[in-house]
Amino acid sequence: MKELLSGNEAIARGAFESGVTVAAAYPGTPSTEILENFARYPGIYAEWAPNEKVAMEVGIGASMAGARTLVAMKHVGVNVAADPLLTFAYTGVNGGFVLVSADDPGMHSSQNEQDNRHYARFAKIPLLEPCDSQEARDMVGLALEISEQFDTPVMLRTTTRVAHSQSFVETGEPRKGTVRGYVKNAKKYLMVPAFARLRRAALEVRLAGLREYSEKSPLNFIEWRDKSVGVITSGISYQYVREALPDVSVLKLGMTNPLPEGLIRQFAASVSRLFVIEELEPFIEEQVKAMGLAVSGKELIPNTGELDAGIISGKFIEAGLKPAVQNTVVKPDLQDAPVVPGRPPVLCPGCPHRGIFYILKRLKLNVTGDIGCYTLSGLPPLEAMDCCICMGASIGAAHGMGKADPALAGRTVAVIGDSTFLHSGITGLLNMVYNKGAGTVIILDNSTTAMTGHQQHPGTGLSLMGETAPAVDLEALVRALGVKRVRVVDPLDLTETQKAVQEETEAGEPSVIIARRPCVLLTKVAEPAIMVQSEKCIGCKACIRLGCPAISMKGKTARVDPLACTGCGLCPQVCVEAALVKGGKTGA
Amino acid sequence: MLKPVNILMVGVGGQGTILASRILALAAQEAGYDLKVSEIHGMAQRGGSVVTQVRLGEKVYSPLIPTGGVDVLLAFEKLEGLRLLPSLKPGGTIIINEQEIPPVPVLTGAAEYPQNILEFIRSVTPNTVSIDAYSIAKECGNPKAANVVLLGVMARNLPIERGIWEKALGQRVPAKLLEVNKAAFAAGYDYK
Repeated sequence: MKELLSGNEAIARGAFESGVTVAAAYPGTPSTEILENFARYPGIYAEWAPNEKVAMEVGIGASMAGARTLVAMKHVGVNVAADPLLTFAYTGVNGGFVLVSADDPGMHSSQNEQDNRHYARFAKIPLLEPCDSQEARDMVGLALEISEQFDTPVMLRTTTRVAHSQSFVETGEPRKGTVRGYVKNAKKYLMVPAFARLRRAALEVRLAGLREYSEKSPLNFIEWRDKSVGVITSGISYQYVREALPDVSVLKLGMTNPLPEGLIRQFAASVSRLFVIEELEPFIEEQVKAMGLAVSGKELIPNTGELDAGIISGKFIEAGLKPAVQNTVVKPDLQDAPVVPGRPPVLCPGCPHRGIFYILKRLKLNVTGDIGCYTLSGLPPLEAMDCCICMGASIGAAHGMGKADPALAGRTVAVIGDSTFLHSGITGLLNMVYNKGAGTVIILDNSTTAMTGHQQHPGTGLSLMGETAPAVDLEALVRALGVKRVRVVDPLDLTETQKAVQEETEAGEPSVIIARRPCVLLTKVAEPAIMVQSEKCIGCKACIRLGCPAISMKGKTARVDPLACTGCGLCPQVCVEAALVKGGKTGA
Repeated sequence: MLKPVNILMVGVGGQGTILASRILALAAQEAGYDLKVSEIHGMAQRGGSVVTQVRLGEKVYSPLIPTGGVDVLLAFEKLEGLRLLPSLKPGGTIIINEQEIPPVPVLTGAAEYPQNILEFIRSVTPNTVSIDAYSIAKECGNPKAANVVLLGVMARNLPIERGIWEKALGQRVPAKLLEVNKAAFAAGYDYK
């Protein structure tokens, strides 16, 4: 049946059809929808793990037990999961294992744009790169076959434009899966030095076999056209090449580790000029150069950001390799266009995070931040976050600042969401207690993983498959880590929140404030909207500084959009003239 | 159709661009075209710009429209239409909703919402259709159907028969909202 599917939906479909029975992940753009879709199929098990390392380890266990297994994460998630991955490459699998790494060139929703193809080479495992949804679906099945044939985990690497683009997929029927049984085998799975040395040697033997496989695999194929220019490409770049350079010969690599050296040499020998066109790093290019072949790549094609057909076309025209297009229609002059104000994403009207950041800014504290919706508080007008590095980094960073300069200890708070705290904040807090730090950690507990679209986590009381689950008791957890000063505040109560932040930062010992209120998008409670009593408004713009998209200035008077307002009650608390009052009709 | 038709749908989170692109995708599929749809989400719920790229033709390779290669720019909001105007191909068509949704820099007074957007766009783009889709949708029974009004205006510019559009609408819109949306689509399709 032909269906229009996103790359992520296609991967889920491919996993179901290929007999995957266990899947684990931590949400992260652009990978999240893989597990969300997979979890809806019958006869499978899927879970959100608290972080990518745990997801990987769950997957390793499932594979050892004999199940076909899929683990998915965004590119930076693989950093978290790298420790088990690199040794799992030694042990190999029992049931087929595929790791989906969803990379984000252009950083649409990420803190960096690392090219995870390097991980496959680093771990010495096979790497497949689909170019559309059909290949995404097909390659899951192939990855599992390769995994079982060669006793290795396999990486399937997508990018945002594969993961989030929809194209037609010919789907099939699910295979009747038989789970291979578990067989104890310490020499294979117990990686103490004596056994690991054996597996290290086996890894090289396996790689030799994979090199042969790569030469003959239908994943790697040549499309002969004009032989004056030959282009080696992979993944989404293949689509851009086909569009920008429709007449050139193409070596399309679906399997990019190990590379098919013989096939590449054969292709190179048959074309006058050889190019590698790939997004981000010169991963293929450097290896082709190491083969001693004359090839051009990154001197022409940028290694930052996303590619598209226009960039490739433009660079080939510049280099005189493609005739310039003669435009008969004159491009309109846009120089006199009105100035376009930006439309940055913002915290939603009624977002409980807003209260915390308003207070942190008012108190002029140093704020080490973390990954989530709340990172948006670093932008105007709140501008209340100093740094953001990676999941969980806020707590260690706050502790380190305090150790570097004790005067900073009482002036610095770490801010971290509930899902992020459970992902990798717990050990940072444990460290702060153990090493006698004096920082304050604010856990923004909105009871969900909001940024990626409201996924469950160990604190929400529900599982990915919709079952009730034990919910972690955050207060008890942080107390168990040794934090003596623990308090819970409602972040929409500014007086209480300010008092808590002042007292805890001055305490001189580790403290935790749990700012608890569910994400406003989850609670559809209709509070009355805020009304402006225009005669009282003096136009001081105190409410505007909250950065709420429901509030604007109409002339010299504040205006509240009743359709957007959720009646959270924050703006009346900052209005010194009491011009803002509850009681309007909400549109929510 | 040798070259794909490139459609760029731009708006603000909550305006229904996703539903409009789903109806378009189904209609294109029914009409027998190859199709690619690319959307960047994640920020949609947070008041940011929302951009969906749709390409249809005999065979479509790239899911991304080449820079400056948009044939039809469907702007659900005026400012977003202006923002993406440079992506329009010379001779391309812009269909623009007259609705204004001020972004946060405007709300805070850090920037101004430009006053003469439509005049400027008309002065540089001969094929400009501007429409008050919000009011028309309201007359049809629900202002939220503004997205389908706009889809209707675009539909008559695409090589897909009206009957196919109406069928796709029926399959993608919940039954209780179908009558309103049918009226909204017709109002857009027959808009002068």
